[in-house]
Amino acid sequence: MGAGHAHALYVHEHSPVHRLAPEAKIVAAFAFVFAVAVTPREAIWAFAIHGTALVAVTAIAGLRVRFVAARMLAILPFIAFAFLIPFVASGERVELWGMTVSREGLWGAWNILAKASLGAMTSILLAATTEIPDILRGMGRLKVPPVLTAIASFMIRYLELIAGELGRMRTAMTARGYDPRWLWQARPIAASAGALFVRSYERGERVYDAMLARGYRGVMPDLDQHRAGASEWALAALLPLAAILTSAAAIITT
Amino acid sequence: MIQPVPAIAATGISFSYPDGQVALAGADLVVQERERVALLGPNGAGKTTLALHLNGILELQEGSLSIGGLRLDRSSVDEIRRRVGVVFQDPNDQLFMPTVSEDVAFGPANLGLEGPELDRRVAEALTAVGVEHVTSRAPHHLSGGERRLAAIATVLAMRPDVLVLDEPSAGLDPAGRRRLLTVLAGLSVTQLVITHDLPFALELCPRSLIMDGGRVVAGGPTIDLLADETLLARHSLEMPFGIDPSLLLKRPSPGATTRPDAMT
Repeated sequence: MGAGHAHALYVHEHSPVHRLAPEAKIVAAFAFVFAVAVTPREAIWAFAIHGTALVAVTAIAGLRVRFVAARMLAILPFIAFAFLIPFVASGERVELWGMTVSREGLWGAWNILAKASLGAMTSILLAATTEIPDILRGMGRLKVPPVLTAIASFMIRYLELIAGELGRMRTAMTARGYDPRWLWQARPIAASAGALFVRSYERGERVYDAMLARGYRGVMPDLDQHRAGASEWALAALLPLAAILTSAAAIITT
Repeated sequence: MIQPVPAIAATGISFSYPDGQVALAGADLVVQERERVALLGPNGAGKTTLALHLNGILELQEGSLSIGGLRLDRSSVDEIRRRVGVVFQDPNDQLFMPTVSEDVAFGPANLGLEGPELDRRVAEALTAVGVEHVTSRAPHHLSGGERRLAAIATVLAMRPDVLVLDEPSAGLDPAGRRRLLTVLAGLSVTQLVITHDLPFALELCPRSLIMDGGRVVAGGPTIDLLADETLLARHSLEMPFGIDPSLLLKRPSPGATTRPDAMT
């Protein structure tokens, strides 16, 4: 735990993908994932095109295959379920590597596998090329309510601090012989959660005072002048546009 | 002769917290322009509460406050907050933006600055405290000393007339403390330094005030106050072990010229 992880997904590079304004990248990522999601599962060639396009952008962004592959492992628990479908689904059975599986189930598994991998890879790409403060700023410019982006940015800023506080409380408990093993020993943990809440709440008040002291009047200033221009929007649109065309062609032909 | 307008003039400030605890009981305080004054006192004396009054974060319950001749009221509170920069005890409360440069920009941006002018203001403040190399870092990735200096920069960026520092040397190692002293001594703004670090006060501030029980109970040249053991003891203060306060008086005070032969 800790906000150190907040930056763990980011890869410092100076690629054209990194330089794009965050709001353009966020919209592009969502549009791409949407196009992938509506692609009919039978159009395997369309997924091949989606995948190739995404790999091309990843290459332009200067991300290493190993980095992306390692982070892709995160979706394993979610797609593990997909591998069960061919065995449990009903309908016409087919022979595969000596096993009898459901044809419908095979398609279902493929559908989840392909779309989940492409979706995960898209978010890895976005996170690796855009720092979290920029993502939040981009969301703000896309008219996400400022209260939400402010809460998220404070959460990221103070997560490590609160985790550190929890760690120190834990150490203090251990130092005085507390070594919980069973559920009925959980009372001090619950009490410390309460104490942590109160401490965080009080810190919140002090931070608010510090903000007031520097002229805060209810609106967070937007400090980054870099906004997406027409050319940046056009550049960012290339990937989702290709995906939408592919997807449309796939829908028509199947 | 025209009396100069004091940088801080507080009279009879009283304040109790909602739970009834009385924090200030008629505190009076006058600090002249460009003066560096230490505010000493035990824990719970009301030093921090007084600091929170000096730029209108806590609303005045009783008494009055003027900053550079401008009286604090509802209409002047924004200007008072521009004039008085408060550096809080815990830099983590002060640094709340994702990166240091954004944090330093927060204040001036609230004042309406933007574009290259804002960038210049940020660079100027970070250079003034010598941490221009940490601009794009996250506050929690700084060392304690850098964090303290960055917190001071966030306030300097608003070009305040008065700097109020709450326990600035707390938690710093000797090198960080030395660096902080050099930076503060080099700033030309009026400073009110709240501290229990008596040698720190002695080195930085020619004049000191002692607070206890919610009011200012003593004041004078720092060297005289610190040499008065009974006074210090009465207000739960003491010089670090091994320093003989009576020697302080024999030492030339900062800035004073004493010929060696005059000592004998």
